[in-house]
Amino acid sequence: MADNETDGGEIEIDDHSGVETTGHEWDGIKELNNPLPRWWLIVFYICVIWAVGYWVMMPAWPGITGYTKGLRNHSERQNVAAQITQLEEARAEATQQLVAAPSMEAIESDPALNQFALAAGASLFGDNCATCHGAGGQGFKGYPNLNDDAWIWGGALEDINKTITVGRRSTHPETTNTMMLAYGRQGILSRKQINDLTEYVLSLSGQTHDAAAAIRGAQEFAAQCTACHGADGTGNHALGAPNLSDAIWLYGGDRATIHETLWDGRGGVMPSWEARLSEAEIVALSVYVHSLGGGE
Amino acid sequence: MIIAVVLGVGALLSLFVAARTVDPLMEVHAWTFLTAFILGAFALASHISSPPRGEPDAYELGVVKAGVFASVFWGIAGFTAGLVIASQLAFPDLFYFENAPWSNFGRLRPLHTSAVIFAFGGNVLIATSFYVVQRTSRARLAGGLAPWFVFWGYNLFIVIAATGYLMGVTQSREYAEPEWYADLWLTLVWVTYLLVFLGTIWRRKEPHIYVANWFYLSFIVTVAMLHIVNNLAVPVSLTGSKSYSLFAGVQDALTQWWYGHNAVGFFLTTGFLGIMYYFIPKRAERPIYSYRLSIVHFWSLIFIYIWAGPHHLHYTALPEWAQTLGMTFSIMLWMPSWGGMINGLMTLSGAWDKLRTDPVLRMMVVSVAFYGMSTFEGPLMAIRSVNALSHYTDWTIGHVHSGALGWVGYISFGALYCLVPWLWKRKTLYSNTLVEWHFWISTIGIVLYITSMWVSGIMQGLMWRAYNEFGFLQFSFVETVEAMHPYYIIRATGGALFLTGALIMAYNLWRTARGDIRSGEQNLTPAPSTPSAQPIAAQ
Repeated sequence: MADNETDGGEIEIDDHSGVETTGHEWDGIKELNNPLPRWWLIVFYICVIWAVGYWVMMPAWPGITGYTKGLRNHSERQNVAAQITQLEEARAEATQQLVAAPSMEAIESDPALNQFALAAGASLFGDNCATCHGAGGQGFKGYPNLNDDAWIWGGALEDINKTITVGRRSTHPETTNTMMLAYGRQGILSRKQINDLTEYVLSLSGQTHDAAAAIRGAQEFAAQCTACHGADGTGNHALGAPNLSDAIWLYGGDRATIHETLWDGRGGVMPSWEARLSEAEIVALSVYVHSLGGGE
Repeated sequence: MIIAVVLGVGALLSLFVAARTVDPLMEVHAWTFLTAFILGAFALASHISSPPRGEPDAYELGVVKAGVFASVFWGIAGFTAGLVIASQLAFPDLFYFENAPWSNFGRLRPLHTSAVIFAFGGNVLIATSFYVVQRTSRARLAGGLAPWFVFWGYNLFIVIAATGYLMGVTQSREYAEPEWYADLWLTLVWVTYLLVFLGTIWRRKEPHIYVANWFYLSFIVTVAMLHIVNNLAVPVSLTGSKSYSLFAGVQDALTQWWYGHNAVGFFLTTGFLGIMYYFIPKRAERPIYSYRLSIVHFWSLIFIYIWAGPHHLHYTALPEWAQTLGMTFSIMLWMPSWGGMINGLMTLSGAWDKLRTDPVLRMMVVSVAFYGMSTFEGPLMAIRSVNALSHYTDWTIGHVHSGALGWVGYISFGALYCLVPWLWKRKTLYSNTLVEWHFWISTIGIVLYITSMWVSGIMQGLMWRAYNEFGFLQFSFVETVEAMHPYYIIRATGGALFLTGALIMAYNLWRTARGDIRSGEQNLTPAPSTPSAQPIAAQ
């Protein structure tokens, strides 16, 4: 730094390092005149050379009408498209078989095809169904458990397939729209009648209840509920009416929740997946759900 | 005089908007602006009518003191918001109220990011830059009351931004969420800031401009440019809060990341390098290691940084050639970034022994080490094949926080620990032991934070790309979320420790400003080179 002297600063030698300063000082801060660290400079040059090399090989600089394609003529879009095609080709035969199989039972009895369906189904379930039904299909309040053998709309392969395809109480034209009425809120039954009915429903599943009220409730049950839930309260798959005589509950089987169900009604929605998933995917998903434990 | 006009016009405009608007959120903000302008007018009037205080050539330190206060206040607010949202990620039901949308993660997240970057970081930068530029130029801040306008104007912007986020006013641009009227106000404040800074350098009594001021200047100039371009938008109505960006689609994405990446580069890197270049040599009482390195790394850093934004958009609709440029410039950025680390660390040569006794210097040195680590990790993550694993995962969050907590946080804390005794003319801090506690508690917090995010981020990335033998995804998204739960708890714990450290600092600084010294305090070294606020004439 030959111009140091002209700045009016005095070059001095730092005691500790023996390096000269630049002769400037700001609020007591001086600067040593050390050179650039050699390793630093070398690594910097290597990075620049590497970058230039990368530009030569790969798509890099824009021009007026296009961009430099690079010697490797690399295209991520083409690579992805090729990989997807490759995957589709690898799966084409098995996918074809899923659709062409005479029945879904036939798929289950063909070990290789069943394995494929289960693998596809598990993946589809995680991406599409787990949000509501849980990662293991264990369900939540209002979202049925798919691992047990209690089914609201039927647990046979065809029933499951239909539930997925057209949904339940969905916007699909072929969906089923029956639902639990709001007996209290809509004024169909009085508060007392609903209290009695609650006791009767509790008695169906063998829970502690008020016997006298339950006897009164039995008459209301016969009048209002048997059409869907059946005379013995065991439910009806065709109407989506749950079995009230077991210990499995969609919204809860305690007194307060049963009362709430009777008062406000219920109408949980399963969306239709027909527009979103392919036929083969729905078949695979049906086989997977059927395999979860309680398939009928 | 100009300030009076700005306040008057601003007050009339806000009154007009408050009267005409049909947008209830805009109305709240119009009244907020109006209140601020009226308060500003009162402050101005009382200043003019009261007799002048202090010597006219003395350094303007009042605004720096105010900046220190605001920095600590916003720092704690921002760290608290961070802890809340980290806990919400671990326990989604936490702090959830049926009819209080403001407590949702979606609104609190920009509150956290803006509070720590712009409110905390911005106030630290304004305060330290006003201090450093005066001391190293041997000149009082230019512009009379303009520095006070910058300080209050900037903090008004922050209040508008923060209340906006909570009410749901957002233009949905990351780190630039405030709507058009807040952006216009900030532009005015920022240009004033630039003029004050340039004016002070202009009247300097040193032949050369100190390196810290180059860094501060690059920060102020570039942030102005980034802010204006990224926020170009058309308001739906002049009395409504909503606006639409000038950009759309992938051009919009690129503009946002050009802004976002360079906010990291020119706000959180060059600005804080300015702090480092003053406070480390000052505290260590050693000369800067290499003048030449400071020049070369400054120019290479600012030239290369501005190109690297597209690395945030790998494997997206952004054309591949733009991705290539973003990636290669990120790699070339590695050494220019490290130039600052080398100059910071090597400045300690001859003063390494001070690390044993001076926790403030240790904090700043660890800060530079974190800077080195995150500026290595950044280029690494910008490589497309690494990014294929790291992108959209918690690894990114961990990377950001090693820079934010380690580098930005620690260099700021170090500067605050230096500034408070200097500004309030105290011989020492209230307690060095409390600085030790702050240092160790926060360091454990940072380590917990970044290690948990490395593990959870890499695990997340690996789970997302795991396929079974038929080429189907092995894991559903919700399974990856479940797997991250324990790491989210560790991360929140790390954040709680970092906040605890900051609270200890706030207490320590407050007692220092009061002039107390903790009884039984060991190891009290006098604050090195305590500068008296000398009038310039004395030099």
